[in-house]
Amino acid sequence: MSAHSAHEGSHSHGRLFAWVWIYLLVLTAVEVVLAYVHVLPPAGMLFLLMALSIVKAALIIAYFMHLRYERMNLILSLVPSVVVVIALLFAFFPDSFRLLNLRVH
Amino acid sequence: MAEANVGELTATWEGGVSPYAVGHKKLGMWLFILSDSLTFSALLIGYAYVRMASDNWPTPFHLWPSVTMATLMTVVLLSSSLTMVLGVSASQRGDRPRAVRYILFTILGGLAFIVLHVNEWLDLIHEGVRLWENPWGVPLFGATFFTLTGLHMFHVATGLIYLGVVAAGVSRGRFTHEDVEVSGLYWHFVDLVWMFVFPLVYLLSISMQ
Repeated sequence: MSAHSAHEGSHSHGRLFAWVWIYLLVLTAVEVVLAYVHVLPPAGMLFLLMALSIVKAALIIAYFMHLRYERMNLILSLVPSVVVVIALLFAFFPDSFRLLNLRVH
Repeated sequence: MAEANVGELTATWEGGVSPYAVGHKKLGMWLFILSDSLTFSALLIGYAYVRMASDNWPTPFHLWPSVTMATLMTVVLLSSSLTMVLGVSASQRGDRPRAVRYILFTILGGLAFIVLHVNEWLDLIHEGVRLWENPWGVPLFGATFFTLTGLHMFHVATGLIYLGVVAAGVSRGRFTHEDVEVSGLYWHFVDLVWMFVFPLVYLLSISMQ
């Protein structure tokens, strides 16, 4: 009985993983199409592509790396620290714009 | 009341309590992934920095072969992640032969990725792209491209060796389910990094001619 239910559980898990995989493929296709259809200015494109990539990363982390099923303690120790440090790296960008404007054209 | 709190605190700090409820191998891999994701973010942000600071960044990638091949590589890597997660699932059920089979499929996916990517590198090198120069514009293009994709390819290659060792160990019954799960975490992370490299390096450098 218990073996049977475990087997069923793994089957529904397999289906869940397949759905996540399909979502990831669809998002990839959307990204490639967006790169060719110029509906947005470059900055908007960058923003949209990064937003889609973050959704893809979140799907991979939550389901494939099954972080969703871990204890909240672990999630809160891992995720905010990475987000904060990456956000700190953005401090360099004003300088790159400054370099572009300094350049002699 | 206060005494009860003191008792709880003592119990927590006496050891034997696992605040994350994961094994040390899994926690270790998560910490490694944390530091590695910062390495890749630093490289990606360095790339974005020099790209924003230059006004003639090359956009050399045509739909055929570069963008099509890079999309195919993304599909291959995502599919290898699916087989890996199915392998971890099989190993959780105690189905070792199936787990090994799925890990071998994952290794095949990783090998296909490397073959496609090396081919892409050779095409670019043939067109004259080097670390310090290229025929189109800012010399730093080659440096950022080869460093970013090279470090990623190095991770894929390392992952193939890692998965090979795990598959061999599991088939001989030497490794536990946790080892398979931890190797899965590493493989999915390599996949995750590509999800950022692909749009930033390829999709934002598409040739519109």
